[in-house]
Amino acid sequence: MANKFLVYLDQYKGKVLPVSWETLGVALRLAGEMGGEVAALAVGAGAQEAAAQAFQYGAAEAFYADDASLSDYRPEAYSALVSRVARDQQVEALLFPTTTRGRETAAMCAIDLESSVMPDVIDLQVQDGKIVATRPVYAGKIIARTVSDARPVVITTRGRAFEQPQADPARSGTPQAVEPAVGESSLATKVVDYAPAEGGVTLTDAAVIVSGGRGVANNPNLTPPNGMDEKQAEIWRAQQGFKLVSDLAQVLNAAVGASRAAVDAGYIPYQHQVGQTGKVVSPDLYIACGISGAIQHLAGMRTSKVIVAINKDPEAPIFKYARFGVVGDLHEILPALTEEFRKRLGR
Amino acid sequence: MDLSLQAEHRMAQQMVREFAQKEVAPVIKEWDRKQEMAPFVLRRMGELGILGICLPAAYGGQGLDYISLGLACEELEAVDTSLRVVMSVHVGLNSLGLFQWATEEQKQRFLVPQARGEKIACFGLTEPGAGSDVAGIASTAVLKGSEYVINGEKMWISLATRADHVLWFARTETDAADPHDGLSAFLVELDRPGVSRGDIHGKLGVRAGSTGWIAMQDVRVPVENRIGEPGEGFKIAMSCLDNGRYTVAAGATGLIRACLEASVKYASEREAFGRKIGKFQLVQQKIARMVQSYDAARLLYLRVGWMKNRGLRNTRETSLAKWFATDASFQAASEALQIHGAYGYSDEYDVERYLRNAKGAVIYEGTSEIHQLIQAGYALGYRQDPALRCELPAYDEEKWQLV
Amino acid sequence: MKIVVCIKQVPDTAARVVAENGQVSWGDAPLVMNPWDEYAVEAALQLKEAQGGDVTAISVGGESAKEALKNALAMGCSEAVLISDPALEGADSQAVAKVLAAAIQKIGDVDLAFFGKQAIDGDMGVTHVQTARVLDWPALTSVSTIQSVDPGAKTLRVERTMEEGRVVVEARMPAVISVLKDIGEPRYPSFMGIRKASRATIPVWTLADLGIQAPQSHVTWPVVENPPVREVKTEMITGDTPQEIAAKLVDKILAEKVL
Repeated sequence: MANKFLVYLDQYKGKVLPVSWETLGVALRLAGEMGGEVAALAVGAGAQEAAAQAFQYGAAEAFYADDASLSDYRPEAYSALVSRVARDQQVEALLFPTTTRGRETAAMCAIDLESSVMPDVIDLQVQDGKIVATRPVYAGKIIARTVSDARPVVITTRGRAFEQPQADPARSGTPQAVEPAVGESSLATKVVDYAPAEGGVTLTDAAVIVSGGRGVANNPNLTPPNGMDEKQAEIWRAQQGFKLVSDLAQVLNAAVGASRAAVDAGYIPYQHQVGQTGKVVSPDLYIACGISGAIQHLAGMRTSKVIVAINKDPEAPIFKYARFGVVGDLHEILPALTEEFRKRLGR
Repeated sequence: MDLSLQAEHRMAQQMVREFAQKEVAPVIKEWDRKQEMAPFVLRRMGELGILGICLPAAYGGQGLDYISLGLACEELEAVDTSLRVVMSVHVGLNSLGLFQWATEEQKQRFLVPQARGEKIACFGLTEPGAGSDVAGIASTAVLKGSEYVINGEKMWISLATRADHVLWFARTETDAADPHDGLSAFLVELDRPGVSRGDIHGKLGVRAGSTGWIAMQDVRVPVENRIGEPGEGFKIAMSCLDNGRYTVAAGATGLIRACLEASVKYASEREAFGRKIGKFQLVQQKIARMVQSYDAARLLYLRVGWMKNRGLRNTRETSLAKWFATDASFQAASEALQIHGAYGYSDEYDVERYLRNAKGAVIYEGTSEIHQLIQAGYALGYRQDPALRCELPAYDEEKWQLV
Repeated sequence: MKIVVCIKQVPDTAARVVAENGQVSWGDAPLVMNPWDEYAVEAALQLKEAQGGDVTAISVGGESAKEALKNALAMGCSEAVLISDPALEGADSQAVAKVLAAAIQKIGDVDLAFFGKQAIDGDMGVTHVQTARVLDWPALTSVSTIQSVDPGAKTLRVERTMEEGRVVVEARMPAVISVLKDIGEPRYPSFMGIRKASRATIPVWTLADLGIQAPQSHVTWPVVENPPVREVKTEMITGDTPQEIAAKLVDKILAEKVL
């Protein structure tokens, strides 16, 4: 019997998160190496279109469930459904993208299916017919190659660690509907409200990130408005500095990141924090402005393809990890850089 | 002989370390440059109970022992000397002086709010014309009815402009045969009429600290504010110094540690002649000496803490610990700066601040020269420690926890 | 309210962790309470202060994990329990989740079980969700704020921070909660708490005490390696003016084809 690889497509308000296709891509490779087929599963409002898209990326089958009880994401409802489909389809491996939803649904499914989950995987290989999942542990200080002796193997794949497959509109199919696994009355939670995040590219998806550190607040040439105390003036200066960061980010269609020091000082909200206790990112280009390069920060962006560092301290540790470095005042360099990119990229 | 620290010591040390590293370290350089005390320091140290760490709960304190006081000072000075100076004057010199010599009523009135951090305390001994020569202080306190009228000026007083209370030493017995017997001690509330005070800037080091002068012009205090008996002032001052010096010794140990850590970090990163400078023997020698100083200084101050816990007279051991640790910290800072080369000469790194701070400690709370005289005095038999009318209470694990 | 907080002892985040002879080693770096769990303890204590009740800290680990539990006591937890058994050596997340679930049931009448986001050694971030699943309790993860708790009606309302923004969820208790840093800075242990904690005797529960067999683990790490050393040749870009530097830098970046 051919192995079946089931991929959970994480979607939000009908739009499939791009990282889900990366997961599908690696599932296709595993299916190729171990022999088998890939099925996709989408849950929630808009799941039917999402599931239909999977055929374009190479899925042989697709399932969807869009019952009213599933319109808001609730881990108990989603995982019960995914587990049931996985069981019914007797899958060899169950793969999720590592998003908040993906990770917790995977974790619950592992319990339901009497298996274990290997989350946030950066590489998958087949050795002696078994899947070996490579995971960074200890904040990336160690690379572990992990295996599971339970079936199905449950995995979540880290964003931007795997290539996104090409979509071929010529490939198509009909997704199959599945019923929810638990009724509304059995669910102990209810989503009451949503408040969207401020717009802009999210860190984990970003191909380009421009980050600011404590150094962005250091522009002595700025005079804060009257009536501010020390701390307010500091925050005001920092906001001016982060405006330079976000101006550059805008021209590059980049996300804005921050070091822990900047977040702790109150310059920018926590969701922008890159690092060991923030988000781990792997963009193609990472521009670090006024960031010294503490180990904790490096742990969050070390695997970026190209790192550029701008810092006025020539001894800043970040220069050791940067492909390109500029020793200078970011308050002068950033606007010049923004202007130059605007010209060269025609934006 | 058990040299290990107990769990509560380690946890208390860790707590003070976290406070100092998280809340003070990121901003200390700015305040040092401004020559001003960060406004949140006293409030936070009070809130966290650090200002009453080694006083019984019955007196508003945290009920930990004298070793914990030392460990806290080591952690505070590892970030900046100005933090430990707060402990030296508020806890070591003033509060523990009250703990040892004050009446029960005075302890309730003055010590309790100090231990809680509600009132800030400082120590008024040194004058413009009298430092090492304590018996030569000129401030007077004349008894008039049920009040003393105090006149005089004190200088180089840490927390002068921040404190609510000062432990003030003045001459009361003008006809005493020996000037040492002519002094008395007073707890003066600094909002009394006739008190004026100001800051002193331009110090080489401890610039993020508050140092100043206090002048008293016909300041009237009730007899009930006199600490101890008339004429006991000198003995009280000396036993206060036994506690102040202990905090200085512990703090200087922390400063040596900061120099050592900075040196190891820099020597592991900086390269010259194709290798890390930590590979060069002359750099290694400097670091080895810092290690030696740190371990020895630490054992010396911990021994003092252990003696205080047991209610043993420790004047000699405290003097020795202070003299050793402060001299060693000045050396360590100088060598740490040297390891950093030109970068050490700039305030971009912390080591120049360590050096500037370290120099103060070999002057205050007994110059290194005074301590050498003290040690020789003991060794040659010229100096003894007769029993005092009031001794610093020993640590009582049970009683100090009772509110 | 009866609150449990689950903590783990891990090597300090600044520790130098290396793979040596196929084993993970952190030398003599200190072991500390997992930093994310400090936020969980803080959240539990905040709730206890608001609603009344007590907080019990539990941990699955070896004897040294008592240090982390003592820290939790010093911060203000009323009780602490260590769950330790040689059969749990190398237990994976779902096995630990089953053990935690059994401990929570043994404590009995628990309203909320708090967890941190993830343990910084395994970086799994699943034990909280799995414990909830074993208990058949709702799991509320990535919680940035607890908006309200109604102990009488046994419901609570929390705000979760997801990638797309914030979601407000209402849930029935008992429930599992894992918190983010937004919940508030963890308090320092008080000196009084430190004194109490250092004198406390922490009970140890074995699997027999929990009345369960060792759950089967499935995941192993047959190979651990140090990350490949990236040979980075740093090129410093200089110039007389910011504009000159910017022009050179943009040239270089565009040549890397990352835009």
